[in-house]
Amino acid sequence: MYPIVARQDLAPVTKLLVIEAPEVACKAQPGQFVIIIVEEHGERIPLTIADYDRRAGTVTLIFQEVGKTTRLLGTKKPGDELFAFTGPLGLPTEIENYGTVLCIGGGVGIAPVFPIARALKEAGNRVISIIGARTKDLLFWEDRMRGVSDELVVTTDDGSYGRKALVTVPEKEILESGEPVKRIWAIGPAIMMKFVSLTSRPFEVKTIVSLNSIMVDGTGMCGACRVEVGGKTRFVCVDGPEFDGHEVNWDLLMERQRIYLDEEKRALARFEEMCPSCRGEQH
Amino acid sequence: MPKERIPRQEMPRQAPEERRRNFEEVALGYTLEQALTEAQRCLQCKKPQCVEGCPVQVRIPEFIGALRDKEFRRAADLLKDKNNLPAICGRVCPQETQCEARCVLARKEEPVAIGRLERFVADWERQNGVRVPPKAPPSGKRVAVIGAGPAGLTCAGDLARYGHGVTVFEALHAPGGVLMYGIPEFRLPKDVVEAEVEYVRSLGVELRLNWVIGKIKSVHELLEEGFDAVFLGTGAGLPMFMGIPGENLSGVYSANEFLTRNNLMKAYLFPEYDTPIKVGRKVAVVGAGNVAMDASRTALRLGAEEVHIVYRRSRAEVPARKEEFENAEEEGVIVHFLTNPVEVLGNEKGWVRGLRCQRQELGEPDASGRRRPVPIPGSEFDMDVDMVIMALGTRPNPMVFTQSAGLERTRHGTVVADENTGRTKLERVWAGGDIVTGAATVISAMGAGKRAAADIDAYLRGEGNQVWWVEPAATAAS
Ligand SMILES: Cc1cc2nc3c(=O)[nH]c(=O)nc-3n(C[C@H](O)[C@H](O)[C@H](O)COP(=O)(O)OP(=O)(O)OC[C@H]3O[C@@H](n4cnc5c(N)ncnc54)[C@H](O)[C@@H]3O)c2cc1C
Ligand SMILES: Cc1cc2nc3c(=O)[nH]c(=O)nc-3n(C[C@H](O)[C@H](O)[C@H](O)COP(=O)(O)OP(=O)(O)OC[C@H]3O[C@@H](n4cnc5c(N)ncnc54)[C@H](O)[C@@H]3O)c2cc1C
Ligand code: SF4
Ligand code: FES
Repeated sequence: MYPIVARQDLAPVTKLLVIEAPEVACKAQPGQFVIIIVEEHGERIPLTIADYDRRAGTVTLIFQEVGKTTRLLGTKKPGDELFAFTGPLGLPTEIENYGTVLCIGGGVGIAPVFPIARALKEAGNRVISIIGARTKDLLFWEDRMRGVSDELVVTTDDGSYGRKALVTVPEKEILESGEPVKRIWAIGPAIMMKFVSLTSRPFEVKTIVSLNSIMVDGTGMCGACRVEVGGKTRFVCVDGPEFDGHEVNWDLLMERQRIYLDEEKRALARFEEMCPSCRGEQH
Repeated sequence: MPKERIPRQEMPRQAPEERRRNFEEVALGYTLEQALTEAQRCLQCKKPQCVEGCPVQVRIPEFIGALRDKEFRRAADLLKDKNNLPAICGRVCPQETQCEARCVLARKEEPVAIGRLERFVADWERQNGVRVPPKAPPSGKRVAVIGAGPAGLTCAGDLARYGHGVTVFEALHAPGGVLMYGIPEFRLPKDVVEAEVEYVRSLGVELRLNWVIGKIKSVHELLEEGFDAVFLGTGAGLPMFMGIPGENLSGVYSANEFLTRNNLMKAYLFPEYDTPIKVGRKVAVVGAGNVAMDASRTALRLGAEEVHIVYRRSRAEVPARKEEFENAEEEGVIVHFLTNPVEVLGNEKGWVRGLRCQRQELGEPDASGRRRPVPIPGSEFDMDVDMVIMALGTRPNPMVFTQSAGLERTRHGTVVADENTGRTKLERVWAGGDIVTGAATVISAMGAGKRAAADIDAYLRGEGNQVWWVEPAATAAS
């Protein structure tokens, strides 16, 4: 069992949990993820390592409540334990001094972009960051992102905070401004990563995305996570999660993300019908 | 001394029309009376041929003799002298090509039902309390076993009995390997597997679940951090695909994914359990090994109306265990021999809508000695299915090899290891089971785990061969 040692509510549906897992913290690197099971009969879901503290032996996860499992996870508090916690999985981000880089986080994707931006900054890059969300309530970690960026642009789709725009608008402006951007990282919903990649393509700037395919084991054993990159089948959990966004077959990824839509709805409806204490919301 | 011939006792089974819709065990096991009657059939040969056919040389006539004399405890002890997992092997071993194929009775009539008797004795023991055998005094040595499948569990259990401190590292959240995630409940109930795992724990073995070696720690780190030896038993878990168009459509599963969702994650109990699974109305399963049988019979039980096995060779080459192939056919699985898929067809939403196949004929024997299927030009036809499960075989997962320079591998991705000892080319690292042989059998994995445990024990005590690697050319028996 893996104890939860801290919790922070970043937004009404976005939560942060700090988990005690010293061996995972010891090996974690930016870009990697873990697979967790919340409770015994639960499913295995992947979550990116948003931060880690090797000395304290902890790993930080940030998640958005979108369905049954993340809702259940959102009921957990310090003192509770996770049933399973496996990692660090996936390949780490290739951190180098590229010169100028652009880090883009959309929605809950701000969390995984943060350790990448920080590592790029530490490696000597000039880091320009864009963080965006649908609305102000979904934004978080502006201060932390500012702390590791030379420049930071904040956007909301509805204009409730920062600039009213999709992240691709400042992205395009920065690329057009003649900033010598050598590499872009973009993490967020598939549709956002697709458009960030389409925007950067004419500028021929390599764009790294972190794909969020459906997973089961996370170790290469099932193939649930397969995607097409550059016309070849790749397993996100072992060959990724980071890939060249210009090579990804986005439509296939998005179709495969929808395979269990009906079951997900049923599971969520069933969860919502439960009384709060069965859901674990009352202690 | 002509005796009245006793016929081979049939195993009671759930009727096909009933069992094809439930996940309860199909074969129900002998009653006491049946077991005693079957045990009478054994001739107690002086030079038992059956034992020669068994990969771990179980003391077959001895345990059957004890059973016949109703000395159940002694029968169990005799069985366990060579086989750590009899309740499992009695259920899943391909006896028809091993012990039972060699039984002298098989020349004139049907062989003794050795597997069924093995199962009976093992189940008796499980119900009447398993005795924890004596352990050697602590040696002060520590061994890391990677992977909790039959190879790893057997190796760990034996090492603990030899007095060593053993830690098993398992990537998944449950131990058992293929026994847990691959073979379905209706063929191997999970409480049977759990009982075997409990037994290994009771010997003092520590199990660390959710540890992916190669990620959280490398083999080298384990050796540096104080383990005196490492045993690799990580199996062959990497699924193969055909590389044909349409293979990534929604509705195409690897058998590994389909079976893992169902068995390990218990998707057949969704929404009591959270993991979802899809099953088509008409399902095609590609392949005809044990994995294909398990996938097709699982699809039936999940409610598929039709399940089709698509196999490029003919009936004579079917690699599955005979009993399971018969069970599948009885349950209504439709088999298409000499048929090979060339494309998965999709609809506008990216879902499977059919499988394009090509007929085959058998040509010259290939490297495996089986006649090679040759496509017949112009014979393409479309099967109307909405789900495809690829059961084409598996290869070792390379993850465990991260930062383990010195471990030599073959071009099939398997580890090079000495067959008798399990020693790899990397000093203090042993390997056994599917990671060495490629996908094989439970009993061969168990046997490899046992032989490696014996060699590890000897090596750590400073006995046995202290020269790490002797080129097989110098010692080869073949
Ligand atoms: C490598 C990786 C890293 C991720 N990191 C984060 C993160 O840091 N924070 C975060 O909030 N989310 C992250 N996700 C997505 C997260 O795993 C899903 O939101 C979560 O599984 C949803 O589960 P649910 O039961 O709450 O919702 P559901 O209602 O079951 O599903 C909602 C959507 O989530 C996706 N999903 C469902 N099951 C899985 C599964 N087993 N594996 C992957 N995706 C699934 C599907 O596309 C589905 O449509 C990551 C995904 C991947 C692949
Ligand atoms: C569906 C199916 C049906 C079968 N039916 C039969 C049958 O009827 N009869 C029969 O004799 N054989 C059958 N087999 C074959 C048999 O199950 C295998 O040969 C046997 O399980 C191999 O044992 P193993 O211990 O080598 O590996 P496995 O059983 O594969 O166990 C390996 C374990 O190592 C773990 N692991 C992998 N990588 C790592 C890592 N990096 N770190 C930590 N742990 C790791 C895995 O999670 C797994 O638990 C079947 C196989 C399948 C897939
Ligand atoms: S060969 Fe057959 S008859 Fe002889 S000992 Fe073995 S099981 Fe009994
Ligand atoms: S999640 Fe199973 S192979 Fe990637």
